[in-house]
Amino acid sequence: MGETNYLVVGSSHAALEAVHAIRMIDAKGSVALVTRDAHLPYSPTVLPYVVSGRSKPERVALRDEAYFKTMNVDFVRGATLVGIDAKNRTARFEGQPARKFDKLLLATGAQPIIPPIKGLDKVPFHVLRSLDDALGLRKAMGQAKRAVVLGAGLIGMHAAENLVEAGLAIGIVEMQGQVLPGYFDAKASGLIEKAFAAHKVTLKLGRKAQEIKSGAVVLDDGSELPFDLLLVSTGVKPELGYLEGSGVATERGILVDARMNTNVEGIFAAGDVAQAKLFQAEGTGVAGILPAAVEQGRIAGMAMAGDRALKPYPGHVSLNTYTFFGQQAISVGAGVAGPVPAGAETIERADAAKNAYLRLALKDNRLLGAVGINVSLDPGILWQLILRKVDLAPVMDRFQADPLAVGRVLMSRLWR
Amino acid sequence: MGKAFDSIVFHGKNCDGCGDCVTACVKAKGGSDALSSRIKILPDGAGGFELALCRQCGEAKCVMNCPSGALTKNGDSGVIDWADDKCVNCLLCTVGCAYGGITYEAQIGHVIKCDQCGGQPACVAACPHDALAFSTIAGIYNSYGDKEDMFAPGLSACQGCNSELLIRHTMRRIGPNAVVAAPPGCIPGMGTVGYNGKTGAKVPIFHPLLTNTSSMLAGIRRYYERQGRDVTVVALAGDGGTVDVGFQALSGAAERGEHILYICVDNEGYMNTGMQSSGSTNYGSWTSTTPVGPSLKGKRSDGKNLPMVMMMHNCAYVATASLSHMEDYYAKLDQALETSKNGFAYVHVYAPCPSGWRFHSSKTIDICRLGVETNFIPLWEFTPKGGLRFTLPTENPRPITDYLKAIGKYRHLEPAQIEHIQHLADERLSLLSKFVRDTGARPAAE
Repeated sequence: MGETNYLVVGSSHAALEAVHAIRMIDAKGSVALVTRDAHLPYSPTVLPYVVSGRSKPERVALRDEAYFKTMNVDFVRGATLVGIDAKNRTARFEGQPARKFDKLLLATGAQPIIPPIKGLDKVPFHVLRSLDDALGLRKAMGQAKRAVVLGAGLIGMHAAENLVEAGLAIGIVEMQGQVLPGYFDAKASGLIEKAFAAHKVTLKLGRKAQEIKSGAVVLDDGSELPFDLLLVSTGVKPELGYLEGSGVATERGILVDARMNTNVEGIFAAGDVAQAKLFQAEGTGVAGILPAAVEQGRIAGMAMAGDRALKPYPGHVSLNTYTFFGQQAISVGAGVAGPVPAGAETIERADAAKNAYLRLALKDNRLLGAVGINVSLDPGILWQLILRKVDLAPVMDRFQADPLAVGRVLMSRLWR
Repeated sequence: MGKAFDSIVFHGKNCDGCGDCVTACVKAKGGSDALSSRIKILPDGAGGFELALCRQCGEAKCVMNCPSGALTKNGDSGVIDWADDKCVNCLLCTVGCAYGGITYEAQIGHVIKCDQCGGQPACVAACPHDALAFSTIAGIYNSYGDKEDMFAPGLSACQGCNSELLIRHTMRRIGPNAVVAAPPGCIPGMGTVGYNGKTGAKVPIFHPLLTNTSSMLAGIRRYYERQGRDVTVVALAGDGGTVDVGFQALSGAAERGEHILYICVDNEGYMNTGMQSSGSTNYGSWTSTTPVGPSLKGKRSDGKNLPMVMMMHNCAYVATASLSHMEDYYAKLDQALETSKNGFAYVHVYAPCPSGWRFHSSKTIDICRLGVETNFIPLWEFTPKGGLRFTLPTENPRPITDYLKAIGKYRHLEPAQIEHIQHLADERLSLLSKFVRDTGARPAAE
């Protein structure tokens, strides 16, 4: 049985930031990064671009073997975590000997949800979560003419755009009444839908797939969408089977505190697998986005190594950036996708000629959130204005008129 | 790991929003309009200007957020490099940046950011107002570690003391071929001359009387010269040992043009013996011998300005320095070292003291900087041939209260006293300005 001071399971952003943070403090302790993937570390976010061919699969690696050698990290591929014995501090793997650990980080990410649609188990379909998935989809795309995408989330929309660019006829099915629900309000999504419609994408919004037949999706209104390529992108959720009997508490994800520690001291979780504090709402949630994985991974690594500079996780702020057919969409914070929260006000501006739309949500002179379609915004600055609860009262009129410039002025002042 | 890098510095108070930097950037980067500039100057709504520019962060969030490996920290230049052929336009880097330093520009079709023009930033060259500067001070810290530390680890200076920082930098630069005199004061007090039977320095160091530092150094230097050896002799003395008790010997050595490098570390008082007032203590300062009470409100007389006194000796080289401006200090140290081979070189370093001046130990360098930026301690150098030259701009100073309010020993000051201190600072600058002959290049060593 191997023994490791710091055992990190997973190999994407959260895991990599944790390893970096550990090595900032502890140069000597043994670190192992174990992943079930066969490849060098990569980001799930890059996968749509592997499908499109923009990213070469051999060039998407976030770290190479030389990095792990320099950092003295034992990088192990092809080993799937199957069980944890919290009492004896042991992790069991398929295809690898078990390892004892002092500190364990679970950064195993999330896996595609396969919806219970009649007939889906009878037909071949694609998902897009791993590099192998992307390579498979890219290969299939070359031989297909008509594709149907189930789910209009970010992965589905990215993939659909790539399939359009590859010359396929596309249909998208989404249960909710708009694309990218949760990040954008109906008006913002409307502009995105318009761009897809202009590229002859068939959008079936507010529709459910009733049944999958060979070569066609049957919708709940009885209509059919024919396909020779089917992509299921109806969301992701963490697979937590390996925690059975471990005593580690879970809900939708692994429950963690502000140091990313689970209910078992010394066992941590970060990234898409973790259910952590929310910044703009009560309770906890699975953030499921890259910037949150980076933050959580860094905090977990600092906590594992005992870094005294650690500041507790402030909570997740919803963030997204999205480019589509050369246009850009940005969503930051709360109060911009759904109904306006109590006591908040929203400011909306649209410029139809430019396909531009801006929505700001404000409460008590603080920024709650912002959505912009084809509007220049600095999402990183907006994020900081939300996190720092910056009082905008002295600049409110100017901020509403030009959030880009005024946000930059506010952040510039923090730097000499 | 641990390497420091050159960086673009913004002095907002000098910026008038002319936009020359933006124009220069657009030209250098081949853009068409201001949107393609990597540097953005923004009116702050109150007549001033702020900046959005890549800070080339050490722990860069844009790099961490990049899913495609398109952004990387360059280990040689420190610049965050962006690789066009790896970027996927996901814009997640812009989520990471808190400064608007990496931005998506629609008409260009991808994110843009500053690359410092390969070490010669066009914006800095174009700035007509000294609002932008390219700081290469990192080079000092990178080379610092390669040089041998001439002092023992574990010197027992107070927390936040800048004298220790100063002497370690100074002696690393000077090297082992030197003899150091450290008359009574904080510098020997912290253990440089030895403690508990151990030595405190790797060079010969001795502890003269307060009165005879310059005389002893003069004799040592003359002896070495007679032996045909070029050994640097250095005084690391406090203001008490220089301005008050040691002045007679110092003045004599300067008058004779002894080949000495004399560095006065001025913390404006006898700080290691209980914070008594010295001749260098400024008007209004609280010290243990100039207390604040019903009648006395700190020191009643004005402090001596010894660097000006030394200039009047017509020393081969005289300079003032502050550790907030390390490049400036290193340039002066180099010139002083060179000068001391053939003449008397005097460097007066202002050394704010957290223990004696009553400010937090984390604020030492900030206080140094405020002293310079308020013109309370103008930085200059003098040679008999070149006259006096200000080495940092003295235009548009901050109000003197920015400096005074940051320091506990001035906490009690009454408006009339502040007015007097402002008057002294103005007079000092005005008097110094009269010695400026030429505003051109640095005078050559004589």
